[in-house]
Amino acid sequence: MHSRDELRQRAEKVREKKATLGPDIDLGQFDDAPVPHEYLADEELCQLPEEEQERLIMAGLDVTEKGRGGTFFQKDTTVIHCDTRQEGVEVLPIRKALEEHDWINEYYWKLVSVDTDKYTAAAELGLHDGYVIRALPGSKSIYPVQACLYVDKDGLQQNVHNIIIAEEDSELHVITGCSTSPHTKSGVHVGVSEFYVKKNAKLSFTMIHNWAEDMLVRPRSVGRVEEGGLFLNNYICMKPVKSLQMYPTTHLVGKDAVARFYTIIVGAPGSEYDVGGRIFLKERGDRAEIVARTISNGARIIARGHLIGEVPEVKAHLECRGLLLNGGVIHAVPELEGRVDGVEMSHEAAVGKIAQEEIQYLMSRGLSEDEATSTIVRGFLSVDIPGLPPQLKAEIDRAIEASDKDVM
Amino acid sequence: MLQIEDLRVKLGEKIILEHIDMEIGQGETHVLFGPNGSGKTSLLMTIMGYPQYKVVRGRILFKGEDITELPMDERAQMGIGMSYQRPPTINGLKTYQMVEICAREEVDVKDLASRVNFQDFLERDINAGFSGGEIKRSELLQLMAQNPDLMLFDEPESGVDLENIALVGRTIASLLQRDNDHAVKGQKSKMQLKLERTKMGLIITHTGHILDYVTADKGQVLYDGRLSCISNPREILSCIGKDGYEECVRCIAGTS
Ligand SMILES: Nc1ncnc2c1ncn2[C@@H]1O[C@H](COP(=O)(O)OP(=O)(O)OP(=O)(O)O)[C@@H](O)[C@H]1O
Ligand SMILES: [Mg+2]
Repeated sequence: MHSRDELRQRAEKVREKKATLGPDIDLGQFDDAPVPHEYLADEELCQLPEEEQERLIMAGLDVTEKGRGGTFFQKDTTVIHCDTRQEGVEVLPIRKALEEHDWINEYYWKLVSVDTDKYTAAAELGLHDGYVIRALPGSKSIYPVQACLYVDKDGLQQNVHNIIIAEEDSELHVITGCSTSPHTKSGVHVGVSEFYVKKNAKLSFTMIHNWAEDMLVRPRSVGRVEEGGLFLNNYICMKPVKSLQMYPTTHLVGKDAVARFYTIIVGAPGSEYDVGGRIFLKERGDRAEIVARTISNGARIIARGHLIGEVPEVKAHLECRGLLLNGGVIHAVPELEGRVDGVEMSHEAAVGKIAQEEIQYLMSRGLSEDEATSTIVRGFLSVDIPGLPPQLKAEIDRAIEASDKDVM
Repeated sequence: MLQIEDLRVKLGEKIILEHIDMEIGQGETHVLFGPNGSGKTSLLMTIMGYPQYKVVRGRILFKGEDITELPMDERAQMGIGMSYQRPPTINGLKTYQMVEICAREEVDVKDLASRVNFQDFLERDINAGFSGGEIKRSELLQLMAQNPDLMLFDEPESGVDLENIALVGRTIASLLQRDNDHAVKGQKSKMQLKLERTKMGLIITHTGHILDYVTADKGQVLYDGRLSCISNPREILSCIGKDGYEECVRCIAGTS
């Protein structure tokens, strides 16, 4: 209990502290009072209104739970479904974990600092819930665990804290979606996430965001990868949002650890995105890759990337490509920081419009100009992500496919 | 049939083609020679419908219809197709997807690819890092899927190694219904085959190597944006070899 008190004290001190990046949000305008919802049994989950189910599917949550290793579903401030269908994988609400399990204290706020800014402070002082997903040592999960954070109440400030642990030699895949219900217009989502990838473990984390036009989103996440571990972090956002700012950071703390970040953003008119990834390579043999593909349809997108090589014999690459489709701004900020001799770090960044030559090539094969454009856009967005299970690849493809209409 | 009448074409402010007349009848294949920069590719791009090549005089008719102002995709749908000299890379578009686009219907992409020895490239992004010879085979594969009635080949054999040149040559012959398969299968006379042939071709070549595999009906030389009159392709080739382009254009023009 002592540690919680101390965390609270630290949080209190930064209640008003603005974040270093992104427009400031006046949290006072939003309501973070608990919103009760009934817990849903498996069958009830399938009886959700069709419109709602569709929103959920777009965010990667399949209510039938077919092909899923477990489900976590939080609506507003309340967990309405949580189960595991796979041996070796635990899924539980974080409040429950904090009440019942001592071990959670070894992870809770151990990577993200509670006093980072007013958003981390809010996540501690007004914690609603969140998920803890843990793959036991040596367990290899075949099916991804799905987690969904859903905002139903208009004007809500949702405070979430998630912890994902892949124990030694385990393999864990997580698909997590954030979405709003069809009638929700505005709100704030504050989401703290901490990722622990232990020795020789493999974690893939695919996040699909499906927000609404007036949503403000402030994720705060940090990962830690031990020797021989692999952390794949995919982020997809194809829907409008008022403002999204995040800069997930990962520390490769063991030898031969690998982190790969893939970001795909299609920016709607009037939306503002400040996204990026930062990876510290701290031991020999570490490798890191950051790939971002962004499309602006009149959005403002800042795509950051920062690789820090602290020891020799590490390899890191950053690729940031932006496509201006219908105006807007794409600002690529790639940073490479080699702190010793013997690091191998590179980047490529390109921002531009679709090459006319490519459109014409396709038109000469019989496609109309619109068909040609969408074919090129789809190609641009389809990044090969090595190590991602086919199911999750299909999930990403579906999100891209579905956004096609919005892009054009 | 393709008919080109007194065509003048501008690229930017520059006139790059002038007084172009050409007629490719049903089932005919023509060969186009000419020095670098003479406008050969430009002529093909104009027929295909690239809008940067502005037709400022004359017209182009295809299958009896005036297509001078028709957008490129509609020309493709009418049955015009092109094999490019330097096609662009499209990142993220797999070669097999491109073949499917060309086919516009279900096709056995693998089977088609095996005919040009291209199975191993289907999962690669189209044209990404393809070697010169690989581009040619990829372009032919796309034409095979598209199966147009008029095929424009821009230097299909340049940069192709000795082993693949036979493959490329035979594939073009087959596309243009000029291969032995067509002859043997039908047990028809050469005359009959010729009458039944529908595919039209226009092939740009510098070396003429393609003529070892594809018989062509007629040849022309493009020089400084103008066409010479028509002659036998082999004769033109030897003339160019002996006397050079300029002399050759004059000599052919003179004797006609
Ligand atoms: N984008 C361009 N801008 C300016 N000039 C161009 C452009 N494209 C082509 N040209 C010019 O138009 C002329 C004709 O070019 P074209 O490519 O048709 O020649 P070609 O006969 O196909 O030559 P090659 O045998 O080298 O392929 C050349 O002088 C070329 O430099
Ligand atoms: Mg040329």
